[in-house]
Parts: sequence; structure tokens; C-alpha cells
Amino acid sequence: MYEIGSKNTVSNTKMMLYSLIVCSLFVVSCQPEVVEVVKEIPVEKVVEVASAPGSLVVYSGRSEKLVQPIVDQFAAASGIEVEVKYGKTAEMAAVLMEEGNNSPADVFWAQDPGGLGAVAEAGMFADLPADVLASVDSKFQSKNGNWVGVSGRARVIVYNTATIDPEKDLPSDLWGFVDPEWKGRLGWAPTNGSFQAMVTALRSTWGEEKTKEWLEGIIANDVGVYPKNTPQVAAAAAGEIDVGFVNHYYLHRFIAAEGESFKARNYFLPGGGPGSLVMVAGVGRIDTGGNEDNAMKFINFLLSPVAQQYFAGQTYEYPLVEGVKIHRELTPIAELPKIDIDLSDLVDLQGTVDLLTEVGALE
Amino acid sequence: MSFFFRKTSPAKVVLWLTGALVASLLLLPIGYLLLRASEAGDSIWNILFSSRTARILLKTVYLAVAVTVGSALVAIPIAWLTVRTDLPMRRLWAILTTLPLVVPSYVGAYLFISVLGPRGILQQWLEPLGVQRLPKLYGFPGAFVVLTLLSYPYILTTTRVALMRMNPALEEASRNLGNGPWSTFWRVTLPQLRPGLAAGGLLVALYVLRDFGAVSFMRYSTFTRVLYIQYQSSFDRTGAAVLALVLILLTLFVLLIEILTRGRAKYYGGHVGAVGNPMEMQLGHWRWPSLLFCAIVVILSLVLPASILVYWFLRGISVTMTFPSLWLSAWNSVVASGLASGLVLMAAVPVAWLSVRQKGRFAMLLERISYSAFALPGIVVALALVFFGANYANPIYQTVYLLLFGYLIMFLPQAVGALRTSFLQISPSIEQAARTLGKNPLNVFRTITVPVSRPGIAAGFALVFLTVMKELPITLILGPLGFSTLATSVWSAVEEAMFGAAAAPALLLILLSSVPMALIALRERV
Repeated sequence: MYEIGSKNTVSNTKMMLYSLIVCSLFVVSCQPEVVEVVKEIPVEKVVEVASAPGSLVVYSGRSEKLVQPIVDQFAAASGIEVEVKYGKTAEMAAVLMEEGNNSPADVFWAQDPGGLGAVAEAGMFADLPADVLASVDSKFQSKNGNWVGVSGRARVIVYNTATIDPEKDLPSDLWGFVDPEWKGRLGWAPTNGSFQAMVTALRSTWGEEKTKEWLEGIIANDVGVYPKNTPQVAAAAAGEIDVGFVNHYYLHRFIAAEGESFKARNYFLPGGGPGSLVMVAGVGRIDTGGNEDNAMKFINFLLSPVAQQYFAGQTYEYPLVEGVKIHRELTPIAELPKIDIDLSDLVDLQGTVDLLTEVGALE
Repeated sequence: MSFFFRKTSPAKVVLWLTGALVASLLLLPIGYLLLRASEAGDSIWNILFSSRTARILLKTVYLAVAVTVGSALVAIPIAWLTVRTDLPMRRLWAILTTLPLVVPSYVGAYLFISVLGPRGILQQWLEPLGVQRLPKLYGFPGAFVVLTLLSYPYILTTTRVALMRMNPALEEASRNLGNGPWSTFWRVTLPQLRPGLAAGGLLVALYVLRDFGAVSFMRYSTFTRVLYIQYQSSFDRTGAAVLALVLILLTLFVLLIEILTRGRAKYYGGHVGAVGNPMEMQLGHWRWPSLLFCAIVVILSLVLPASILVYWFLRGISVTMTFPSLWLSAWNSVVASGLASGLVLMAAVPVAWLSVRQKGRFAMLLERISYSAFALPGIVVALALVFFGANYANPIYQTVYLLLFGYLIMFLPQAVGALRTSFLQISPSIEQAARTLGKNPLNVFRTITVPVSRPGIAAGFALVFLTVMKELPITLILGPLGFSTLATSVWSAVEEAMFGAAAAPALLLILLSSVPMALIALRERV
């Protein structure tokens, strides 16, 4: 059904154009169901179909609910039989390292740069070709060119709409939350990878001393400790806390489930700094599989407009390649406060864990 | 050698060999941990020997003891009520009170907070009465309550086994000597329950040691949380291995306590016909408080989580749901749990049998080894098997076989504990009598031991089935590529705050688990 050869190219291109027009119409008309249309883009154009497509093994630290639909699109379009192992990013990284040279994986798709960095350090990633790296901002990839960001998420403040007026009540940067007026009103998830990346960014911009002061100030404000982002967003909506430090996209999933009356919203700190860090999920190619062609097809596909549009429309993430429309509810990445941090610089995770331990944030 | 064989029948040799094989397989995780720990850097030793770690260890032990005691207090009355009294609908209560075991602890904790949290559903109901905020349940109280409600079925199950096959002559004698029902319970029944209680209590304590979900939601630092931070934040497998070895030491400590509780008493009667029908007590006016107690436990541990799941399900029903994949996950869950339960029971028989019938260190050691991995978080066992599977057993790597093997290592103690409780109640003289009548050992085992220990076999099956149904890390990591179960579907959806999508597989998990529990309850001879 999807095996469309070159003789169909013309009609395909027409169809694709048509779909894109429909798609952008929907985006412009601000329908909440932008997402439905994305599936109409003919994927066949983006992926070459080989005569013997073969297979591909992906280890994914991103969850099945988020990424299986786009994996299915790739499989259907390319004819490649794609098998995915899902788990948490850190656990998948550990599995890869235990497997070593016997790993059946061809691609590692991780939720955050920390997991990619650990696998890269173990020497398991192959270098990615220059054209792949060139399509994504150099801030969002490894310095050595062995992993590349695929989709982005912004660190934001989630606040309770009943108790907080964002214009009046919220400070312009993270430092403002050490003020005693926030006592008993804050939440965070200190074991979360994105949070720790933000702290690493704080250390590199503010220095160790000021970061430590900030952490101690937040702890002194009786911050509520959550195991991860989602219960924080739920707690902010319930009014258990007024403010939480989270990634932006969970809110949109809650609103999708609970409706517009959901009592929490996101706030982008206008003062910028690491409080508005953009984090990425990314991919690298595992060297041991010997399945380079299919692995590269998959990675290229993830950076194609089809997949990028999927992330923007379906998972409320930021696309990382040019020319893809973001979800209407999101602040465009260009309008986010500029911060000058390369994600590949945020390697000193151990330093962050040590600091968090020292101040007692991990108890 | 000839001396050895002269005294030992071929059946016994087979038993010993199987037992030794099972034990050596169980040592794989420890071998892996020692290997990784030997590569660990210096920093982990600083973590290990810090006062903070010592404090967390103490907190961990404290929680484990508290939850074990709490679970016993919940489980003993229910076990007694459902086996030995005329409690109305007692088979139904027996099924319902076992099911909380199938609720994953992170789901249980999340649901609990959404109801009883400072601004949870209960507070919203109370808001018209002026209640702005409920007291925080975070910290020890929250962790204690959630873990107790989710793990009391361990003690319940093993205690019921002990009650069902307890020698009624002792209780009758006590009553005839003028003791009242309460006095008989305290002085005769409870001491007889010791092996069942100890086996269940051990499972609860070790479960608390390895739990990560409930304690992290409830903000209570335990040692396993420290271990997870090592994996998740530092990507440090070698450091995590050192910490996991500490968990094993802690397990040895708990095992020592259990041996001391277990004592050297005999739990079988002297007569061949000792396994009679136990006395049934008329509850009379006590019927209502008894029903209320069972109802409260079931409401808190099962109805409350389930009704929120139903709410999520109804609210999310408009969202497109992928039912085909749901049925496939359900099928995978049931098949994997069924196969695992069968395999684990078969492996548990020689271990439990030898530890009951053979005095001596080796039999004891064998049984102890079966517990060695039980306090390890699933991720540790899974990584150990990844290491061995990928590098030394590649043909079975990422197949169902290695997955089942992982379940075997994790859950063997549950079956051993239940079987042991039953075996202890069989008098060796019954079997010896059968032998002298000319039956071979296998025949004796099939025609005498298995039928008499049916409650233990059923309980072992139930415990393994329910825990494999909800198992996550081993299923995710060791399962074949693309293998999904109901538990992995729930996790995947909850992880992304898609609660509507999580509800259907979670409810199905509970419903499907209740089927084998119901079948077992209906076959019970109570």
C-alpha cells in the first residue's frame, strides 16, 4: 500500500502540497485538533523505500504513548520492520552499556542529553553525518557530532490560576523565588533529569556559590518535593502548591485530558536565564548493530517535516528544524528569553548531584 | 560417595540437583553485582560511608518494620475471618482482599495522593464545610499507609494457608480444657501461625526494601531511592552495584530475624488423620464489626483506586483508544504471568521441600539463597540478566525465556514461602506410611503431598501471578522487542500524564487478575 515508486511521484507531490495547505489552514484557523491533519501528509515522500527494506532496532527512553505513532508512520512508509524497546532513559542507557558490543540496538532515542552523553562516553555512538547535524542548531547537539536533538521542551513555571496573577505575582527570574513570601508555596522534582540539567545550567551561569544559595533558599521556603513533573502540575492545579518548576508540555496534556477549566498554566520567566532553558530529546546511532542505512533513514525521518510536525502537533514539543509550525498554544521558541547555553556543555551531572546532595535536596 | 548413595534415594538426588541448579542460577545477580562493584570509583565509598546514608538506612529499616507490623495487623484478622468464621460472603472477601497486590505502588501512591492529598478529592468534598487543606500525608505516614495497604496480601495469603491446614485437634483440646475462643486464639492458634506469618512478613519487609514508587511519591527517603538516584542522575552502574550489595546485606539481616521467629517447633499433628476440617466459629454479633473491618480495608486498598480509574476511564473515553493493542497487552500479561507462576512453583518445590524435610545447613542455605535477590529493585536484577544474556547467552537474550528466568529470580521466594507453610503442616509419618505401602517417592508426592498442600500451591500461584501482572522493570528490559503488557501500558501512559489512556489497562489489570483469584477461592475447602 505504501510501496509507491517513482512513477507516482507527481501525484504524490500534489497530494502532499494539498495536505500541507489543509494542514496550515487548520493551524491558522486555530482549531484545537490541529493534530488530526498531520497524519494526512504523505510520508512516502520523506522516506526512500528499498527493495528489501530489512529491519531496525530502536531503544527508546521516550514513552510508547508519545512516539509509537510516529514510529509506525516510519515503518509503514519505509517498509522497514521497526522493533522498539521502551524504558526510562537512564535504564535504557544502562542496558546499552551492559550489552556493550553485543547490543542489538541500532538507534538510541533518549529523553534527555544526560542519557545520550553517558552512552556517548561509553564509546557506543557512531559519528553522525554533517548534513544531519547541520539541520539542527548546534546548541542542541553533541560537540563531537555523535548525537543530535530531535524535539525540544522549555523549562517553565507552572502556576495555580486561582491564586496567582502572573503579571503581578511572579518574579522575572528564578532568583525571585528565594523570597520568603514563597514559603510553603513552591514545588520541585529534584531527581528529575530536566530539573538537574537546569541546575547544571545554573551552575555554569551563576557559579557554584550562587546556585547553592538559590537551592538553600528554595529549601528554606519548604519546597514540596515531587518524584517527577506530572504530579507537580497536578498539585499546582489542585492548589497544593502555587508554583512548580517543570517542563512546558505536561500542562498541555493535562488540559487535553481535563479541559480548559484546568486550574494551572505555564509562565515563561521573562528575565531569561537557565529558568527558561530549552532541553531536548535526541538520538544517536549505535555502532554495534551494523545496520547503518536503516538507522540513518530513521534519524533523517525524525528530523523531517513530517516527524517534526508530529512532535509539534501531537506531543506539544518544540520542533528543532526550520519551517515547522508549532502548536498554537506554545510561545514560539524565538520569543523565548534568549539564553546562551549549549546542551553539550551541561555534562557535569555528577557535580550537580553532589551539590543537590550537599544541600539536602535529595533527601 | 557410595556411602552417600546408600543413604540417599535417586528421587532425593534429583531433588538436590534441581535445588542446587536453582540456587546457582539465583546467585547470578550477586555475581554480577560483585563484578560491577569491583570496578566502582572512590566517590561511591564516600556516599556509602556518609552519615546521611546511615540515617537513610535506619529510616529504611524503620519503615520496613512498621509496614510489616501494620500488614500483620490488617492481615491476621482478615485471614481468620475468611477461613475460620461464618463471615457472610467470605469467599468474595477472600478474593477482594488479595487483589491490592496487583496495584503497582507508583499508581497506588498517585491515586492515594489525588484523593487524600492536602488538596485532594476528599478536601474538595469537605470544602463547603470550611476545610481548606487536609494535613499533609507526605513522609512516613503516607509511605506507611500506602505500602501497608498494597503489601498486606502477602501476609494474608500465607496466613490463610496456615489456617486452612492447621491441625484442629490442638484447638479442640484447648477449648475442652476450658479456654475461651479468644484465649484459644492467642495461646494456640497464633503460635501455630508462626511459619505463615514469618513467611508473609518476610515478603512484606523485603518488598518495602526494594520499593521505589510509593516512597518517592510519599517523599520518604529509603535506601532504594539512593540507589535509583545513582542510576538516574549519575548514570553510575558501578556505584549502584555497591549500594545494591548493601541491600543484600540488609536482606541477610532480615532473614536472620525471620529464622529467629521461625524457631524449631513442629507444625504438624502426630496422627495420620490430622488434617481434618478446622472448627468454624459463629460470629454472632461480631458479624457487623467484622464486616465493617473487611469493608474498610477493601475500600481503602481496592475500591478507592479502582473508582478513580473508572472516573479517568469515563472522562477519557472520548479520546480515541487503541483497543487492539490493549487486548494484545492483556494477552501478553496473562500468558507471561501464567507461565511464570507455573515455572516459579516448579522451581520452588525442591527448595521448599528440602528446607522442610532435610535438617542441616545446606538445605537451610538453599532456601536462604532463594531470598537473596528479593530485596533488589527489579532494575538491578534486570541489568544483571542483560549482562549475562547479551554476552554469554545471546540465543535466549530478549526472548520470553530470559524474561521468565528474570521473573523466577525475582519471585521465587513468594512461592517458596507459601509452599513451605503448607509442607510444614504435613506429618512425615503420612508419607512414610505411604512409602511402606510400596508407593515410590514420586507417587507419594503426587498422591499425598500435592493434594494436602493444595492451599500452599494455590497461594504460591496467586502471589506470583499477581506480582508478575504488575511487574515493570524486568518486563521492560528483558522482554522481547516490542513486547508490551498491561503494566507497561499503564506506566507508559501515566508517565506522560495521559490518565485517560492509563485507566483502561489499569482496570483490565485488576479485572483479569481477579479471575484466577476467584477460581482459587471457589476451589477452597473452607
